[in-house]
Amino acid sequence: MIIEIGHFALILALLVAAAQTFIPAWGAAKRDARLMAFGEPAALSQVGLILIAFLALTHAYVTSDFSVANVAANSHSSKPLIYRISGVWGNHEGSMLLWVLILAVFGAAVALFGNNLPATLRANVLSVQSSIALAFLLFILITSNPFERLDPAPLDGRGLNPILQDPALAFHPPFLYMGYVGFSLAFSFAIAALIEGRTDAAWARWVRPWTLLAWMCLTIGIAMGSWWAYYELGWGGWWFWDPVENASFMPWLAGTALLHSALVMEKREALKVWTILLAILTFSLSLMGTFLVRSGVLSSVHAFAVDPGRGVFVLSIMLLFTGGGLTLFAYRARDLSQGGIFSPISREGSLVLNNVLLTTACATVFVGTLYPLALESLTGAKISVGPPYFNMTFVPLMFPLLLALPLGPLLAWKRADLAAAMERLIVAGVLALIVIVVSFAATERGPWLAPFGFAIGVWVMAGALSETAFRIKLGKAPLSESFRRLVNLPRAAVGTMLAHFGVGLMVCGIVGTSAYKSEAILLMRPGDRTEIAGYELAFRGAAPSKGPNYTETLGVFDVTRGGSPVTRLEPSKRLYDAPPQPTSEAGIHPSWRGDLYAVIGDQQPDGAFAVRLYFHPLVRFIWIGALIMFFGGAVSLSDRRLRVGAPQRRSSRAPVGVPAE
Amino acid sequence: MTRKQRRGVLIGLGVGILSIAAILMLFAFRQSIVFFHTPSDVAEHKIAPGVRFRLGGLVKDGSVERGTGTRVGFDVTDTFQSVPVTYEGILPDLFREGQGVVAEGVLGADGHFVADTVLAKHDETYMPPEVAKALQEKGVQLGKGATHPGGETGTQ
Repeated sequence: MIIEIGHFALILALLVAAAQTFIPAWGAAKRDARLMAFGEPAALSQVGLILIAFLALTHAYVTSDFSVANVAANSHSSKPLIYRISGVWGNHEGSMLLWVLILAVFGAAVALFGNNLPATLRANVLSVQSSIALAFLLFILITSNPFERLDPAPLDGRGLNPILQDPALAFHPPFLYMGYVGFSLAFSFAIAALIEGRTDAAWARWVRPWTLLAWMCLTIGIAMGSWWAYYELGWGGWWFWDPVENASFMPWLAGTALLHSALVMEKREALKVWTILLAILTFSLSLMGTFLVRSGVLSSVHAFAVDPGRGVFVLSIMLLFTGGGLTLFAYRARDLSQGGIFSPISREGSLVLNNVLLTTACATVFVGTLYPLALESLTGAKISVGPPYFNMTFVPLMFPLLLALPLGPLLAWKRADLAAAMERLIVAGVLALIVIVVSFAATERGPWLAPFGFAIGVWVMAGALSETAFRIKLGKAPLSESFRRLVNLPRAAVGTMLAHFGVGLMVCGIVGTSAYKSEAILLMRPGDRTEIAGYELAFRGAAPSKGPNYTETLGVFDVTRGGSPVTRLEPSKRLYDAPPQPTSEAGIHPSWRGDLYAVIGDQQPDGAFAVRLYFHPLVRFIWIGALIMFFGGAVSLSDRRLRVGAPQRRSSRAPVGVPAE
Repeated sequence: MTRKQRRGVLIGLGVGILSIAAILMLFAFRQSIVFFHTPSDVAEHKIAPGVRFRLGGLVKDGSVERGTGTRVGFDVTDTFQSVPVTYEGILPDLFREGQGVVAEGVLGADGHFVADTVLAKHDETYMPPEVAKALQEKGVQLGKGATHPGGETGTQ
């Protein structure tokens, strides 16, 4: 019964979305306040209805109602509760439901907090946002209905793929979708602005916090996915340039560019046309990510059930919104007024450089990801493009970006003094040089470029701190004065510093683990000893053991370093009950120096075990860097000038204590 | 600086960076594209020894042989032809006889395929699309497609 209520609520949500797509926009065109006012209750009831549908499906999962086809195919009564809940979005149908739920929540946010937006803009935004929901609700109800019944109901379900039964992966999809779908709001605002034929700083002030929120969620979502792949897949990498990883990375790159160009638009009313285009492209890339993952054209962990009908449907949605958005852009972009003038050496100029490099990098990823698909559909030849391509194209583009990064925040708007900005970075530059010398002296092996990589990471981190030090006049004014300035520093400035610092830390982690990784594959018998990266490992043997819904062979390694005990690693090979599928669980000993990582393989006929050992130097910094970027975004979001839903229209824009603006 | 000059600088910057990226891309593509072939393609001598490619098919029943150390040998078949493969390392969790597999490496002069990467699937009911398609083209009957999220895992 509850399932039927959920199904019914979803159909009602479709009808509401259809009405909300047309009525407010019609009202905006006719300047009819009553028609425009329809958008607000519609958006709220839409989110309520989709929430009912989502809760109904969650209820079926929690109570293991196997008369629902979706639950029977993806859940099992022996699963722990958390994975029964995360199982809701561990499959195609349920994850699409979560997708539209988040879409509707963002739409409702405009309805709730958008009171101070111009009425026509708000009505148009609500209509565009609802048209996306309409398309995806149709998609769910026609091709991927999660509420289908199964008669007779099976005694138990088929279970969730065991590698998805993991805490990081339970939350990876919701964050990722909040990122993807969050960019829908930027898209809706862009389309609404094009319909009206005008934008202003208030538009950017509204779009920026929502884009920032989406960007934060996407950052943490991608980081969680990377962390999960690192410890769960058992092959010791953190990023594989897999097409599905790229599918989430492209919107992130475009979204990062959008975040920075919206800043120029808000402060200086420049780059309007470009910002609108980026908003359209960022969400289009999010839609493309959804298409790539759902259509079965890619093979990966994320490739859901292959059904050509679904692929064609999502492709049509993607073409409709991308094509429609770009067509509208082509017609209306000329009407948007030009903004402020700036010289190439200025804050605006540095942000333009940021945008050009980020979008070009995004384009190289795009080509590398889609070229195999295009080639196969044109010539039938099957190829794959591996990591070397991305290392040769994407990575070189990051060098100038990272080198220029610390300069940007130190340049003044409109026209800046490059020499003065460089002078403020002398400390960072000296630190970077020291890092080059020290890492050349301290490492015996590894590529010669690696010390320069560390130097760039340190340059970015120290540059971020130098900018703050300059703002609070550290060393130039009495300490009490510096402290007072630090306390009064706008949160947005602190957020920028944190996010940039996180980037630098991540670069150090990436360089460390890519350049100095140690790896060994060997056969070990109980009692055997081996050594890797200064650690001595003694293999004590492997014994069977039993978990809640799996049996496993647990290997035991005692680890010592220089004779003193460090830890005990217990990698295991698991066989899950439902579905009966083997997985490897890595044994990991994390430390600031790096992670010691062990995987146990098959037992050989003679009793020895195949063992794979890694040492990943500094690998933690990659995820800690992503976390700091996330918190930087959060701090910036809490700035009262930028608070979600409280944009000031051309009112007091001059806060106290912002010397660099 | 006039608006026109400013636009010139911006366009110059954009075009400059894009063309550098394009050159890098062309250069990178020549080195990192890997083609996919079936055992029948190999049997027809389409592939020169020493060229890196991906070999896809099923692991032939009864063909898996443990060698010394972590060396493993097995045959990849599309039911018409099969190619002997050797691999040094730990095979992915779902590597099994009769299951779909993709191996990346080079063909030796003796017709042995030396793999440095073996990919199997995350899900026992799932077949790599390339393999499924190649087998279908060869007329091999396959069971119903997967309903689980499936995917590629492997070792490198």
